[in-house]
Amino acid sequence: MFESLGNKLTGIFDRLRGRGALTESDVDAACREIRIALLEADVALAVAKDFIAKVRERAVGQEVIASVTPGQQVVKIVHDVLVETLGASATPLSLAHNPPVPVLMVGLQGSGKTTSSGKLAKRLKEVERKKVMLASLDTRRPAAQEQLAILAKLADVGSLPIIAGEAPTAIAQRAIEVAAREGYDVIILDTAGRTAIDEELMAEVKAVREIAKPAETLLVVDAMTGQDALNVAEKFHAAVSITGIIMTRLDGDARGGAALSMRAVTGQPIKFFGSGEKLDAFEVYHPDRIAGRILDMGDVVSLVEKAAAEIDMASAEKMAAKMQKGQFDFDDLADQLRQIRKMGGFSGIMGMMPGVSKIKNAMNEAKIDERVIKRQEAIIGSMTKEERQNPDLLNASRKRRIAKGSGTDVAMINQLVKQYLQMRDMMKQMKRMGNKNFMRSMNAGGLENLLGKR
Amino acid sequence: MFGFFKKKETDKAEAQPEQEVKQGLWEKLKGGLSKSTTQLSDGITGIFTKKKLDDETLDALEELLIKADMGVATAQKLTAQLRKTRFGKDITDHEIREALADEITAVLNPVASVLDFESAKPFVLLMVGVNGVGKTTTMGKMAKQLTQANKKVLMVAADTFRAAAVSQLEVWAERANCELLTGAENADPASLAYKALEQAKANGTDVVMIDTAGRLQNKAGLMAELQKIIRVMQKMDESAPHATLLVLDATTGQNAHAQVDVFKSLTAVSGLVLTKLDGSARGGVLVALADVFKLPVVAIGIGEGIDDLRPFAADAFAKALCGVE
Repeated sequence: MFESLGNKLTGIFDRLRGRGALTESDVDAACREIRIALLEADVALAVAKDFIAKVRERAVGQEVIASVTPGQQVVKIVHDVLVETLGASATPLSLAHNPPVPVLMVGLQGSGKTTSSGKLAKRLKEVERKKVMLASLDTRRPAAQEQLAILAKLADVGSLPIIAGEAPTAIAQRAIEVAAREGYDVIILDTAGRTAIDEELMAEVKAVREIAKPAETLLVVDAMTGQDALNVAEKFHAAVSITGIIMTRLDGDARGGAALSMRAVTGQPIKFFGSGEKLDAFEVYHPDRIAGRILDMGDVVSLVEKAAAEIDMASAEKMAAKMQKGQFDFDDLADQLRQIRKMGGFSGIMGMMPGVSKIKNAMNEAKIDERVIKRQEAIIGSMTKEERQNPDLLNASRKRRIAKGSGTDVAMINQLVKQYLQMRDMMKQMKRMGNKNFMRSMNAGGLENLLGKR
Repeated sequence: MFGFFKKKETDKAEAQPEQEVKQGLWEKLKGGLSKSTTQLSDGITGIFTKKKLDDETLDALEELLIKADMGVATAQKLTAQLRKTRFGKDITDHEIREALADEITAVLNPVASVLDFESAKPFVLLMVGVNGVGKTTTMGKMAKQLTQANKKVLMVAADTFRAAAVSQLEVWAERANCELLTGAENADPASLAYKALEQAKANGTDVVMIDTAGRLQNKAGLMAELQKIIRVMQKMDESAPHATLLVLDATTGQNAHAQVDVFKSLTAVSGLVLTKLDGSARGGVLVALADVFKLPVVAIGIGEGIDDLRPFAADAFAKALCGVE
């Protein structure tokens, strides 16, 4: 996500980085490029202009011209302004309200309200341990209510029984009553999609809002939205005072400039984003990290968190102990491969690593196959216990046997062995350097080496 | 009405309703685009109260076009044209709108097209696009218009992934009074499409409409699934699908380029449908798309009603976009 914008800005700054000093005309040139990049990323024109004015104001001046690395300085300024525009930190849902806490979902047709409702319900249930009920107020789109009921079942949360022909306001009323009676913590009200200029439907959603008095009114927006994002945000905010935004389809290749526009025009935070079709592809939106990502500074915090959630702590500790002793065999490598796969494969990890979006692109272009990891696991699986523990045993005939067993070829096995040897060397280095420095060299080259040798 | 697809010359009797459709479309487009048009045209009015066309004015004009999602390159191209022909001349608000509308019409005219459902029997139509653009709704409206024109239609619910996608199509099948073929949840859409063609041949169906699951164009696996649907259908009928329509949401910004690019190269898209023009989005990206990809635009969606799927008229669209009365 946001990759294309990240790439663009990286391109601009690569040029700046080559310079010793930064003149006013350099800044002008950079600003022109930033403007085009922002507009092509669908940032609303007014927001883009505002953004560039801020960047220019700070860039043209002493701090940059006197600076040793002016290009970096501009990157930092753009980053700072991005963070300021997007907001500095993640904003949680405010569920401080007498239960059942009503959450109202609004947005245009096809923005992903119903799917997001299901995802939010699942998240609240699993992460916040809430008892959640879903209710669809969408009486317009055929089968919208059935769709939400199915999602409720998949997310294993409650859903309000459907009464055919009931008006949205009546459904909202009933939903709150039922949720209160049945002891639900949160009631998510999914509404029909409506255009921002449809006065009749806007009046309807206002009426629903009066009845439900939601603690959160979330505007669901497609990341592919163009310049109209500004309009949509303004109109919905004016009508129902939104308290937050959910961006959907950030797993697509849209540049997602709408995030910047919506945030700027409503002042309300982006709270979550959808990152896939499955119900758990729903994540807390961290504006500061996204800003870093736009600038290709990586999303290390997300990576660390994801790793913490996915890596089996016990096996991690075991491995750390082994590493400390300088022992590292194929069993450990197999462990690592499994964990890489759990964390979303190389491309998932690479997207979060600083400075590697270019490598990621190269990977995509070269069509590097995530199945490689699986194949390497198969190779290790075809080794005997002795071979796994003592890789020096691997002679030509053993390699041929392993190749047959794993359905690969000897070249692949050699490659894996080489990779293993490099990692073992790193482990040894680590022993010499101590943990802290090692992590740094891991970040700087570890994964890239793994890939580069592919 | 029989509006959005090709009419036979002999259908003189329906010429009158066609006229009405056009009239209605005009009103609706004006109505639907009113907010945006007002913005765009207000902007123009603000800039041009009869004065010389200078750099500043042209820059402002370029920005207005960008705000309509036309993209930087197309906006620059259009203003460059005006610069060439009108620079330094006194020009009124109305003149500038007309000149702009003319330019846009010239870009869009070559892509305004209709589907010829008579060209094959059964005529196989495949609907593709990213999630939430309105594939199912577009197909439902189209089916209803076809059955009203006495065509025998078979709808195929090949979106076996999204919850309740089948139920949504069931409602449309009922409204359109046509046959519907469904598969089990998460069934292979390709085998369903094959079955549909088989059934259509046996039953003398005129048009087979295949609704596919929404997919983002950067998901290689899902795109491959779409290619498989086409491949498998071609085992039954080499010429199928006779039309592959990519549905685009007018709200979409510059990502529409990537959508058209990828879907076109992987699934041989033969035409575009632009939906949700009744909102405040202007769909200006269509102008850029027409310029770059030159794919026919076969219909536009301007509302939730069955008759709100209309043929695409370049001049009406351009005029509505520029606020020419």
